[in-house]
Amino acid sequence: MSVRDDTHLRNDDQLDAPPASAPPPPPRGIGAWVAFARNIWRQLTSMRVALILLFMLALASLPGALLPQWNLNQAKTATFLINHPTLGPILNRLGFFGVFSSPWYAAIYLALFTSLIGCLVPRTWDFVKALRAKPVPTPRNLFRLPHQAGVAAAGEPEAVAGRIEAGMARWRRTRRSEPAGVLTISAEKGFLREVGNLVFHLSLLGLLAAIAVGKLLGFEGTIVVTEGGGFCSGSPSVYDTFRPGLLVDGTRLAPFCVDVDSFTAEYTDAGQATLFNAAIRYRTGAAAADATGTDGWTARNLQVNDPLRISGERLYLLGHGFTPSFQVTFPNGEVREASQTFQPSDGNLTSEGAVKFLNPPGYTGDEVRQHQLAIVGIFAPTAHSPGGVMTSIAPAPKNPGVAIQLYRGDLGMEDGASQSIFGIDQRQVDNGKLTKLTRANLMVGESMTLDDGTTITFTGYKQWVQLQTSYDPAQGYALIFAITLLTGLMLSLTIKRRRVWYRIKPGPDGGSWVEVGGLARTDQAGYGEEFDSLVDLARDRPPPLAKPGSSR
Amino acid sequence: MAINTTLEALSDNGFGAAAAAYTVALICSAVEFSSRRTAATRSAGREYATVGAPGALLTRDGTPGGVPIVPIAGAQAGIGHIGRVGNEPKIPWGERFGKAGLLVTILGFAAHVFSIVTRGMSAGRMPLGNMYEFTSLICATVIGVWLAVKLRQRALGIGVFVLIPVVLLMYVAGAILHTPAAVLQPALNSYWKWIHVTTISISSGILLFSGVASVLYIVRTRWEVRGARPDSVWAKLPEPATLDRIAYRTAILAFPLFTFAVITGALWAEVAWGRYWNWDPKETCAFITWVIYAGYLHARSTAGWRGTKSAWISVVGFASMMFNLFFVNMVISGLHSYAGLN
Ligand code: HEM
Repeated sequence: MSVRDDTHLRNDDQLDAPPASAPPPPPRGIGAWVAFARNIWRQLTSMRVALILLFMLALASLPGALLPQWNLNQAKTATFLINHPTLGPILNRLGFFGVFSSPWYAAIYLALFTSLIGCLVPRTWDFVKALRAKPVPTPRNLFRLPHQAGVAAAGEPEAVAGRIEAGMARWRRTRRSEPAGVLTISAEKGFLREVGNLVFHLSLLGLLAAIAVGKLLGFEGTIVVTEGGGFCSGSPSVYDTFRPGLLVDGTRLAPFCVDVDSFTAEYTDAGQATLFNAAIRYRTGAAAADATGTDGWTARNLQVNDPLRISGERLYLLGHGFTPSFQVTFPNGEVREASQTFQPSDGNLTSEGAVKFLNPPGYTGDEVRQHQLAIVGIFAPTAHSPGGVMTSIAPAPKNPGVAIQLYRGDLGMEDGASQSIFGIDQRQVDNGKLTKLTRANLMVGESMTLDDGTTITFTGYKQWVQLQTSYDPAQGYALIFAITLLTGLMLSLTIKRRRVWYRIKPGPDGGSWVEVGGLARTDQAGYGEEFDSLVDLARDRPPPLAKPGSSR
Repeated sequence: MAINTTLEALSDNGFGAAAAAYTVALICSAVEFSSRRTAATRSAGREYATVGAPGALLTRDGTPGGVPIVPIAGAQAGIGHIGRVGNEPKIPWGERFGKAGLLVTILGFAAHVFSIVTRGMSAGRMPLGNMYEFTSLICATVIGVWLAVKLRQRALGIGVFVLIPVVLLMYVAGAILHTPAAVLQPALNSYWKWIHVTTISISSGILLFSGVASVLYIVRTRWEVRGARPDSVWAKLPEPATLDRIAYRTAILAFPLFTFAVITGALWAEVAWGRYWNWDPKETCAFITWVIYAGYLHARSTAGWRGTKSAWISVVGFASMMFNLFFVNMVISGLHSYAGLN
């Protein structure tokens, strides 16, 4: 382009200017390092490098979408590793299963954001300067501009200039005079575009900062609660799983207590869920801190898509399942009740689990360990048992049943190794310490009797819910930056920067000759019509088709 | 909340009618396109009229795609076709087919909108609960954008290329993705979700249109670079500058909308899953698409990256959008498919 457009801030014409001819002699020592560093910096903050870094960011995110990720699905990732014994471990070591926390990913976005800062600071500075400066003088040869016209106008240059300026209310403009009675008008508009662009890029920085703060100071805890139960937050140990942010030591959780009264799920006839609702009560602050007090409870329904927001933390309903209960009458006549959460294993909520009695009554010493009892099996909310094999055919508890297998012997819980609460240690069965007894399918109220006279009754079920507490102090800021980002983007993409120059020369017999040149930084093609109406301003009568809104 | 099967059947009929209409329109516009005079003939006079001074060509439209190219096209016009104008029939057949194609497209669009509305009414919710439904909205958006563009630029003859992906998607939607109308899982039934899916679908539709324009831009410039043979079909494509402008204008319409859609998606995730961003495959892919389009807008103001290179970026962005819509939904599943409970 022949016309350098100085106030179009930091455009790449500048960045891509050929290197200064006759480079100075290469400096030595510290000077060389400074020059080297400055050169790197200049490279890093150039549009081209920004573009390349953007593509690297997109490319680096790709494995995050295509490969299983530890933080999303551990089981899937582990299976992938087993299925790819050679490639898997290599990818794992390189962080491909945790892309968004890998060092190379961080390197890319940190480079990008460094480039962004390096780009934004001078641009903001240039912009502020340009805001105060007058529109640039009229180029000598207007006919080298992309838009140009020459018209004869009635009236002296002074009158013509006045007429033109009267039609340019929304332009920043300045009038200058040249020798021989020539007047020029330089005008420009669309500064908001640069504002929008700067706001957009600054918001990107803000968003990154908000995300980072959330990662440092936030936490998430999940807990399974059965109907009738509850929990009080306050310490990470309350939760089944707790994911603290990097700077969270767990001492400053907001105190609140939640009791789950009941859970209901509604389904269509086809078994499609339409509603999940947990009726809960909660209390916060001082009321929650007083463990013995009974006041301060607020009742509420907790639903999917409708979290409870308390004390800056949020409580979500994330999952549900069943907790079957059993009554066991031991040979000595003693009765024990037990219930245990079972884990759903399919869409119809066929659930698996185990109930363990580690201290059967009526035994002493080593006998205790030889008579531990385990009820292992499945719970089916709508039981269906063709040929004796029970599965669930609907997720709603319409016909609850259990298919259980009984074990007696040493459950192997004493050796310190942790066991799944949903099953028994199969090794104890294999080495003969745990004896497999009979099995049975029971509906609610039905019983079975073991060889030693123990009777087991399936007494019913309760439902459990999985709750999650989330805390992210910066998410409100993230939203604010997202909104400013979008606003800036829309400003920047809709507002057009335009400049126009008039050179008004005195003509023969009291008239003037007006040369008009126009330049649009973006979207040249859209400038045509508007430019025509700008040219028309120079004529003495208003053009027939001048649209009032066209000068925006 | 029961499903109204009468309305559902009406909706399916509307969809079928739209698909059939688009197919007919595709054939008509193919005939129209192949009988078009070359782009050079049509536009040369107009283009040069407004740009008087030598050298002005270089910066017209800000696209250097025009630098070595426009003069060649102009030369073609000068050599090849000057004498032909006189022996044109009154209304050329191509033009008639073009008009018929446009009319059928409009009818198909009406049937399509009807289908989407009745589908929503049959299920008592926004018609955006599954892949069939949002593919349908994407197609309707592409057609809507095409009609809007056509309204402004009557002579624009790229209907056949817009209709090819639409017809393809319509058949995929009707034959493979179609599912009976159904109520939704609770997790999907959120206020934000509706805004999110609507805006995602509409912006995807606009970006699809933009992608088509970019592909045509690439094809057309390649034709010019390879010697601009006037007897090639590609000579009938609009000028690169026109195609580039269409691609850019639609992209800057869609990009903020897409940004908005991603933000509302995050708002929904915050409400449904407890975290506004999870890097699940769909989110990751949306992020990638967003970054690519940001790259596209960047490239357009980076020297050495304008023209064909940025057009390629737009095509890659469009590919990643389609990948997200189909491959990720159907093959890789994330939080979006299990969507909360159950
Ligand atoms: C962090 C990643 C970045 C993203 C996502 C991004 C995105 C965008 C987008 C979408 C646009 C077009 C909209 C507009 O004009 O406002 C844009 C324009 C621009 N960006 Fe960035 N950008 C990033 C980083 C950078 C960096 C590092 C630089 C400096 C080297 C930069 C310099 C510019 C400039 C100068 C424009 C204006 C172009 C014009 O006026 O047409 N951006 N950017």
